[in-house]
Amino acid sequence: MTESSLDPAAAPPAQARPGSGWRRFAADWASDQTSFKGVSWGKAMMWVFLLSDTFVFGCFLVAYMTARMSTTVPWPNPSEVFALEIGGTEVPLILIAIMTFVLISSSGTMALAVHYGYLRDRRKAGRLMLATALFGACFVGMQAFEWTKLIREGVRPWTNPWGAPQFGSSFFMITGFHGTHVTIGVIFLLVLARKVLRGDYETGRRGFFTSRRGRYEAIEIMGLYWHFVDLVWVFIFAFFYLW
Amino acid sequence: MVDVTHGGPISGGTASGAAPAFEVGEPDLYHPRSWVTKYVFSQDAKVIAIQYGLTAMAIGLVALVLSWLMRMQLAFPGLLPFIDADHYYQFITMHGMIMVVYLLTALFLGGFGNYLIPLMLGARDMMFPYLNMLSYWIYLAAVLLLVAGFFVPGGPTGAGWTLYPPQAILANTPGQSWGIVVMLASLMLFIIGFTMGGLNYVVTVLQGRTRGLTLMRMPLTIWGIFTATVMALLAFPALFVGAVMMLFDRLLGTSFFMPAIVVTGEQAPYGGGSPILFQHLFWFFGHPEVYIVALPAFGIVSDLISTHARKNIFGYRMMVWAIVGIGALSFVVWAHHMYVSGMNPGFGFFFATTTLIIAIPTALKVYNWVLTLWRGDIHFTVPMLFALGFIVTFINGGLTGLFLGNVVVDVPLSDTMFVVAHFHMVMGVAPILVIFGAIYHWYPKITGRMLDTTLGKIHFWMTFLGAYLIFFPMHYLGLLGVPRRYFEMGETAFVPASAATLNVFITITALVVGATQMLFLFNLAWSLRHGREAGGNPWRATTLEWQTPETPPAHGNWGAERPVVYRWAYDYSVPGAPQDFLPQNDPGPDLASSGETVAEGVR
Repeated sequence: MTESSLDPAAAPPAQARPGSGWRRFAADWASDQTSFKGVSWGKAMMWVFLLSDTFVFGCFLVAYMTARMSTTVPWPNPSEVFALEIGGTEVPLILIAIMTFVLISSSGTMALAVHYGYLRDRRKAGRLMLATALFGACFVGMQAFEWTKLIREGVRPWTNPWGAPQFGSSFFMITGFHGTHVTIGVIFLLVLARKVLRGDYETGRRGFFTSRRGRYEAIEIMGLYWHFVDLVWVFIFAFFYLW
Repeated sequence: MVDVTHGGPISGGTASGAAPAFEVGEPDLYHPRSWVTKYVFSQDAKVIAIQYGLTAMAIGLVALVLSWLMRMQLAFPGLLPFIDADHYYQFITMHGMIMVVYLLTALFLGGFGNYLIPLMLGARDMMFPYLNMLSYWIYLAAVLLLVAGFFVPGGPTGAGWTLYPPQAILANTPGQSWGIVVMLASLMLFIIGFTMGGLNYVVTVLQGRTRGLTLMRMPLTIWGIFTATVMALLAFPALFVGAVMMLFDRLLGTSFFMPAIVVTGEQAPYGGGSPILFQHLFWFFGHPEVYIVALPAFGIVSDLISTHARKNIFGYRMMVWAIVGIGALSFVVWAHHMYVSGMNPGFGFFFATTTLIIAIPTALKVYNWVLTLWRGDIHFTVPMLFALGFIVTFINGGLTGLFLGNVVVDVPLSDTMFVVAHFHMVMGVAPILVIFGAIYHWYPKITGRMLDTTLGKIHFWMTFLGAYLIFFPMHYLGLLGVPRRYFEMGETAFVPASAATLNVFITITALVVGATQMLFLFNLAWSLRHGREAGGNPWRATTLEWQTPETPPAHGNWGAERPVVYRWAYDYSVPGAPQDFLPQNDPGPDLASSGETVAEGVR
């Protein structure tokens, strides 16, 4: 977490406290007014939400792994299923590799957007967010391509030509749920980019739904979500495609 | 030893002028200008709390009627001709789901959480009022979708509230065509709505406290609600995932939970899935859910007992750690619901051990409540009666929990009326007694008028004694081997005919106890106009919600300036103090002149 808009001098001075390290650890957490000093409400909320969302993805992945391990029919080989024929040779996982590269790159542009957001450089921040949204849209597009290809080859949620039917079910469910997260992220990136480029955070223009003023910090909170979605993809990549 | 957690005035300064600065600015409150934005699409946590509360109570009435119908069938089979086996299972399912999720969870967290968190923390409102409003409306949509189950073709699902596959989605289970889909969709909506509210509760507690309010000065009510909310945010995802997967099994024909199975002589189009997986997902949610309901009740009852016994809570710090400890432990006990499921028997040993360990912090809390009462100045007000009723009931229900937590005892008792009696005592009656007590306690703050005491006492004794008359005999039925979820018993060798007599007795009591609740509803409505004027602090309580400038609290709660907290929430009967309570925002008597006694008392 980076610096906040709050003046650090306003925080109460650290008091010399007796007791062991654990006791002081608990006392710091329990201290006056805020448990996370200098962390805004919005940022704290996003962290708590992401913790909850981690459990959602965790349950999805554990359920998938259980299905994969307990199925009586052989599991299809992912590196063959997700191979593309390029120039007459089968290249395993090439599309997934590109998708992963695109998504990781989008985390880079997002980080830059957060940086320029704190510099109050609304043009650069807005454009970098648009670039991030573009990468995200690319990712979803490639995922749509992958889905189409598999559906053409006969993969359905309830069956597939190569083995355990849970392969298709887990694939569509997990990548679909992740893709939904990316899509929601893209939509919010576009909305936020518009606000940033229009200068809402300088003029104090109120939001359409919430009728509240936004702050440049919104970019960072958006960034937390975006990096989380990327991180989840790494786990999906490892557990679904590489296993 | 210097007590850094709930000691006296902050850093020893004088009363005024020493208050620390606000670390966080004022929230951007929405100021309603029309009736609709003030009372319907309200962003004020107090209004949202009342909306949550009324909706939860309304759907709770449906569950009450369903329980009546079930009891009618058990006592007088065939008397009500419209109850056939399918309907009976549908009633069971809907009753259970409504009570656990849509009533208890929503009322404790959405209702009391919304009302009490900002007020008890000295905040103006929740941190994200708009999200909070959305939370209620999505909850309402979930409730409406649940009710829609009664009107879809085939009726609501009859799979039991645990919704176990494969039977939940196979043909011949009532509500298989529409009911189960509506139920799962409603649960998913509920979880989404709850998450929106839950983020509010957690962040407000962590980051929105007023000056001087450290975590270890918070009332235990807030500790209970806070811990329960954190648990809910981590446990509901498992149910969400389970619901998504079962919805796919039902609608798309996937086989996550469905093994190869023959239904009425035909091979069902499923294969390779694991029904046990659903049970793990469900109970990974389901067991924490028990404590999601119980922890707010623990917290509230601690405050009720302390206030009405005019005595500080015994072992505050241990009470807090017990709440947190129970919350953490409850995530590693879930498979004690699955001893007979066919899971690896080795798991049973592990989960029985953790289950018995969780009894330690729970017993600690019970001892502390009793020690708080010890030599207290006990006022038998209606809230206090309910709080005392809770302690007794919780001990009873908890003790049978020790039986069921052990594998060898559980196996013969599993799926008998003993289990029904156990969980109704421990997570049905006990939390509901707290809800009643809490409503009697905080109604004066919410409306400005007292609830009628005579009606309240009748309500308490009828409910309390009635609940025992209903559920105690059920333990006995269970030991006889009467199974639960049976539409009718028929001729059985091991169940004596007298069990039927007992069933009649239970049913008649249940009808009377249920009807008594109408008295409570009447009291709520009547006292709104005709109740005695309460004033700002009728119970002479210390916590911040009783110190608001207006009663009921106005928009923004605190007038011009938010309060400063100088002490923990339990300064009752402090020696040397002018009254027998010191509000949290009271700088207190001059410590220098009063000397050691006061300093000791303040601690």
